[in-house]
Amino acid sequence: MTHPTRRRLLAAGAALAFSRPALAQAKPKVVVIGGGFGGASAARDLHRGGIDVTLVEASPTYVSCPFSNEVIAGLQPMQAQRFGYEGLARAGIRVVHARAESIDADGRRVSLADGASLPYDRLVLSPGVDLRFDAIPGYDSGAAEVMPHAWKAGAQTELLARQLEAMPDGGTVVMAVPANPYRCPPGPYERASLIAHVLKTRKPGAKLIVLDAKDTFSKQKLFESAWRALYPDQLEYVPLAQGGAVTGVDPASMTVRTDFSEYKADVACIIPPQRAGAIAAIAGVADRSGWCPIDPVTFESRLVPGIHVIGDAAIAGAMPKSAFSANAQAHICAGAVIDLLAGRPPGTPKLINTCYSLVAPGYGISVAGVYHSAGEVLADVEGAGGTSPLDAPASLREQEALYAADWYRTITRQVFG
Amino acid sequence: MRAALLVLLTGLGPAGAAELRPPPGAAACAGCHAAGAAMGAIAGRPEDETAAALAAYRTGERPASVMTRIAKGFSDEESRAIATYWAQVRE
Repeated sequence: MTHPTRRRLLAAGAALAFSRPALAQAKPKVVVIGGGFGGASAARDLHRGGIDVTLVEASPTYVSCPFSNEVIAGLQPMQAQRFGYEGLARAGIRVVHARAESIDADGRRVSLADGASLPYDRLVLSPGVDLRFDAIPGYDSGAAEVMPHAWKAGAQTELLARQLEAMPDGGTVVMAVPANPYRCPPGPYERASLIAHVLKTRKPGAKLIVLDAKDTFSKQKLFESAWRALYPDQLEYVPLAQGGAVTGVDPASMTVRTDFSEYKADVACIIPPQRAGAIAAIAGVADRSGWCPIDPVTFESRLVPGIHVIGDAAIAGAMPKSAFSANAQAHICAGAVIDLLAGRPPGTPKLINTCYSLVAPGYGISVAGVYHSAGEVLADVEGAGGTSPLDAPASLREQEALYAADWYRTITRQVFG
Repeated sequence: MRAALLVLLTGLGPAGAAELRPPPGAAACAGCHAAGAAMGAIAGRPEDETAAALAAYRTGERPASVMTRIAKGFSDEESRAIATYWAQVRE
């Protein structure tokens, strides 16, 4: 594959021909549900590939989770998290702002809340996650208005930021972190770091208790080393083995319970367990785990043919649930959908993920991975990937903080710009 | 052949990336390496330059924050295919 082949030239020519209005009705139709880093990117690639694409997204504005921890800590304005869909519309993509209510997989149609019905040849779901309000006793959607999860960016992000700002010095912040799998594996620890930074710089008498339902986590050595160096007086971490699993909450008394203790909080951030976004279960592509098993080459559902699932909702083996992963999967999935619709066998993919976390302003760390399809699953390519070095000069931490911000600018411009 | 392809892609603008059919791994690069990014754009970069950079990252000869870890996931042949692809893409 070192030179462009005749077939690829022909494919490019065919895509051009398809863009002529006279042939518009001959274009295959793909509906993409979910306009985040996965879905919006898939819609762009499919459109460029000569597919008649409709992107269905209930919200007129996307609010990005990456960098929302920085908003909570007052390091980034909320406005920097919001993106409209005008860029996709300008690119010629049909964007429908309505909720997808049901999917007829046999008849290949999506029904929308506004009564419209969209036919498809193939369907791509990128629904992200839903928070499970049945998982922690006492923690329902009402409790989240008092003890924000802030795990879907938006009003929840602003609520947690306001609560932190208003908390008196000497107060206690309690964070609950779920067991795997969940959206953004290092995210809770970045959040803990940045909350600790707020306490250290603005409320030196306050403390943060992190209650974790597991014992090991992403970039753990890097986080723990930074916590020891930067936040020894602010941050107390309680892993599962020391009773970190939260067994219940009471918003009225601001109490967070574990099997061993009760914690009184001035601010409580409860990140509950999650599942694939609701439309996945409606479509029948989620299994009993709540997540969606997929083919690692095409991202087609293992449960319902003709439906592809990408991003946080998918069971993507070794790939973490991240915006970077969702975006990388979108490119692979869109390519495979174009191939399948053209009757070509999709190529064997390799995917990349890189996740940056800030532990303080100007102090970034990263984890990277390269993945390939190994039989039934996406597996790590041995010998590749890993985290930033444990012993590194401040200049590297600063560089990675800059790269994190740069990645965010670049990816959001590509997806929404 | 390559000249003909470039003419076609230039006409397509950003569509080039999709029609060219990226080799394994190449689709993820643009997430960081777009025009104006501090990490450096790779679209249109000479093939030999990208291939040499990937080889040097892989051996560790060229230091980097993340690319040393990513480049190890690709063989010489795969890296060359990625370099060839991005040399032809026009942003």
